[in-house]
Amino acid sequence: MTTLNVNVHYVTRIEGHGNIVVDVKNGEVKECRFEVVEAPRFFEAFVRGRPYHEINHITSRICGICSVGHSTTSTRATEKALGVELSEQAWLLRKLNFHGEILDSHVLHTYYLVAPDFLGVHSVIPLVETHREVVERALRLKKLARDLCAMISGRHTHPCALVVGGFTHTPTERELREMRERLVAARADMDATVDLFASLPWPQFERETEYVSLRKEDEYAFIDGVVVTSDGFTYPIEDYKKVTNEYLVPFSTAKWTKHNRESYMVGALARFNNNYEQLHPQAKEAAARLGMKPLVHNPFLNTAAQVVEMVHSLEDSIRIIDELLSRGVREEKPAPVTVRAGEGVGACEVPRGVLFHHYVYDEKGICLEANCIIPTNQNLANLNADIRALVPQILDRPQEQVRLLLEVLVRAYDPCISCSTHFLKVEFV
Amino acid sequence: MSKSSVAKPKVAFFDFASCEGCQLTVVDSLQTHLDLLDAVEIVNFREAATLNGWDFDIAFVEGSITRPHDEERLKRIREQAKILVALGACADTACVNALKNLQPPDEVRRYVYGEHADWYETYAARPLSAVVKVDAVIPGCPIDQEEFVEVVKALLVGKKPPIPDYPVCVECKLKGNVCMFHIGKVCLGPVTRAGCGAICPTYGDGCEGCRGIIPHPNENAMEEVLDEAGLTLDDIMHRFTMFNAYREVETGKW
Repeated sequence: MTTLNVNVHYVTRIEGHGNIVVDVKNGEVKECRFEVVEAPRFFEAFVRGRPYHEINHITSRICGICSVGHSTTSTRATEKALGVELSEQAWLLRKLNFHGEILDSHVLHTYYLVAPDFLGVHSVIPLVETHREVVERALRLKKLARDLCAMISGRHTHPCALVVGGFTHTPTERELREMRERLVAARADMDATVDLFASLPWPQFERETEYVSLRKEDEYAFIDGVVVTSDGFTYPIEDYKKVTNEYLVPFSTAKWTKHNRESYMVGALARFNNNYEQLHPQAKEAAARLGMKPLVHNPFLNTAAQVVEMVHSLEDSIRIIDELLSRGVREEKPAPVTVRAGEGVGACEVPRGVLFHHYVYDEKGICLEANCIIPTNQNLANLNADIRALVPQILDRPQEQVRLLLEVLVRAYDPCISCSTHFLKVEFV
Repeated sequence: MSKSSVAKPKVAFFDFASCEGCQLTVVDSLQTHLDLLDAVEIVNFREAATLNGWDFDIAFVEGSITRPHDEERLKRIREQAKILVALGACADTACVNALKNLQPPDEVRRYVYGEHADWYETYAARPLSAVVKVDAVIPGCPIDQEEFVEVVKALLVGKKPPIPDYPVCVECKLKGNVCMFHIGKVCLGPVTRAGCGAICPTYGDGCEGCRGIIPHPNENAMEEVLDEAGLTLDDIMHRFTMFNAYREVETGKW
C-alpha cells in the first residue's frame, strides 16, 4: 500500500511563504493541504485614522507585483465614497496602466515562475545559458510592461502619479506614439510566447468548480462592473460579501471563501471562462492555439489563460493609445475632491483575480473602516479542493513526482501571499 | 559567459513582512544588467528560484521584523553572512508596516482577525537594525533599480555603497521641477534621503518620505514650511508617519 510524505517547507517561485503538506499512510490520505505561513501585516487596521489621499499609496504596499491593481481598486473605492467622477481621458489612462500591470505580472508568472518547471530547471537563471532567446524575450516583454506603467504613473511598483481623481501626470503624445510602436513590435514576441506555451505538456486534470469574476457590458472587465459566477449568479460589487462569505478554517491558514459550492476559483481562468466572448480576436486565436475553449476545468491551464490575456492586453493597449491620440491628449489635473463622509467599494480584476477594497470615511475624509478581500484568499479553498482531488489520482507515482506536480499546481494559481491582509499564521507540521 | 575559476561571491535573498516589490525590482534589474549573473552565484532566492543554499557571503534581506520568531531566522542569516544588506524601506526603516505601531497591538489584531486574534503572533514592526547589525542599506519603497546595481558593484569591489545623505530637493532642483510647495502640494523632499531621482515630484506628487529621513535634518525649518503651507499639526504628523512611523515613535515624537 502506498505511503507518501510530502512536506514542502516554503514553496519556491511563488510570491510569499506557503507550505504543502501531504501525508498518505497505507493508501489512505490523512492530510493534504496548502498552508500559508506569511507574517500578517494588518493593513486594514492601520489605514484607519489616515486621510483619504494616503490610502491608495499605503494599500499599494500590500503587494509589489500587483500594486497598480491595489492602487486602482483603492482609488475606485475612495472615488465612490467621495463621489469623485473621472474624466474620459483619466479612464483611458487607468485602463492602459492596468493592461501594463496585467502584462508585467503575467510575464513574471508564465516565464519566470512556471516555465522552469517544464524545462526542468530551478529558475530562469540556468535558462540564460540553455534558452537565452527565451530569457531575452521574457526580459523584453517585462521591460515593455514596466515602461508602459512608468509612462503613465511613474513606476510599476507603487505608482506615484495614480491618485484619487485620476493622475498627477499626463504622458505626452510623443511618448504614447513611441509606446505604440514598441507594442506593435512586441506582437512577434507575443506570437512566440503563444507558441512556447502551446508546446508545453500541461498536466491533465479536471475538476468542475464555480468561476467568479467581474463582468462589464462593453468590454473584457478589469476595472468596475458586476460580479458574476459560472453558476449563474450576478451581484452588484457593493454586495461582494454575498459572494465571498469569508470563514475561518480551524486547522490552518487564512480566511477562506465560498459561494454556491464548497469553493470557487478566481483569476485568469475564471475571467476566460466567464468573459471569453469579449476577448480581442487575436486573444481568441491564441486560445485556439493553446487548445482552450470555455468552460476549461483544468486549473493547470490558469497559466495558459494568462497567456491569452497577455495577447488581449497588448492588443487593447494599442487600441486605447489610438483612441487617446485621436481624441488629443490634454494635460489634466486629478478631478477635484469635495471631502465628505461616505462609503465605497472598489473592485478590479487584478492579475490573480477579483480584488475588493471597501472603505468608510468620516466628514473630514479620515478612514474609519477598511476591508480588503484578496484573490489568493478566495482561491485557497479551491486550491485545497484540487489538491484533495488530485492526490488520490497520482498515488502510484514516486514521491518526488507527486511533490513536483503539487508544486506545479500551487504555482498555476499564481498565489500572492504577501497580499496578506487576511492571512493567518499556522504551525509547521 | 564567464567561466572563470575564481570563486564568485555567493549571494542569497531572504524576506520578512513586506510586499516583495524590492526583490521584484532585483529581478527586473536583469532587464538591463543580465551580466550581474556572471559576477555572483545566487544560492538562495525563494521568490524566483528553487534554491535553498545556506552557504552564502552576501545576504540581501527584504522586510520588517514583526514577530519574535522572525528574529531567530534573521539571526541565523546574520551568523552566516559576511555582509548583510537591508533591501528596501521595510528592512531599512520598517516602512508602512510600522503604521500599526501607532495603535494598541491587541486592538490591531482584533480588528483584522476578530475572536481568533490570539492565534496570531505579532509585535511592533521594526527594521532589521533593531535586531542585528546591518552592514549596508538600500533605501526606498520600492528600491531604485539603478541604485541597487550600483550598491552591488560597490560591495563586489569592497567599497562603501554610494547612498546619498543629502535631501531629495537636490535631485528635484537638478531636474528643473517646479517646487511642489509652489503648486500647493505637500512634500517631504527637504528632509528625505535622495537617490530616487525625485521620482514622485517629477510625476507631480509630493515626496512622502519613503527613503527615510536624512542624517541631521532641519526638522524645525521643515515644520515651519509645512505650517506656512497651511497644514495643521495633524496633517504634518500624518505626513511624517506615513513611511517613518517607526522613527517617529522611537524618537518620542508621536
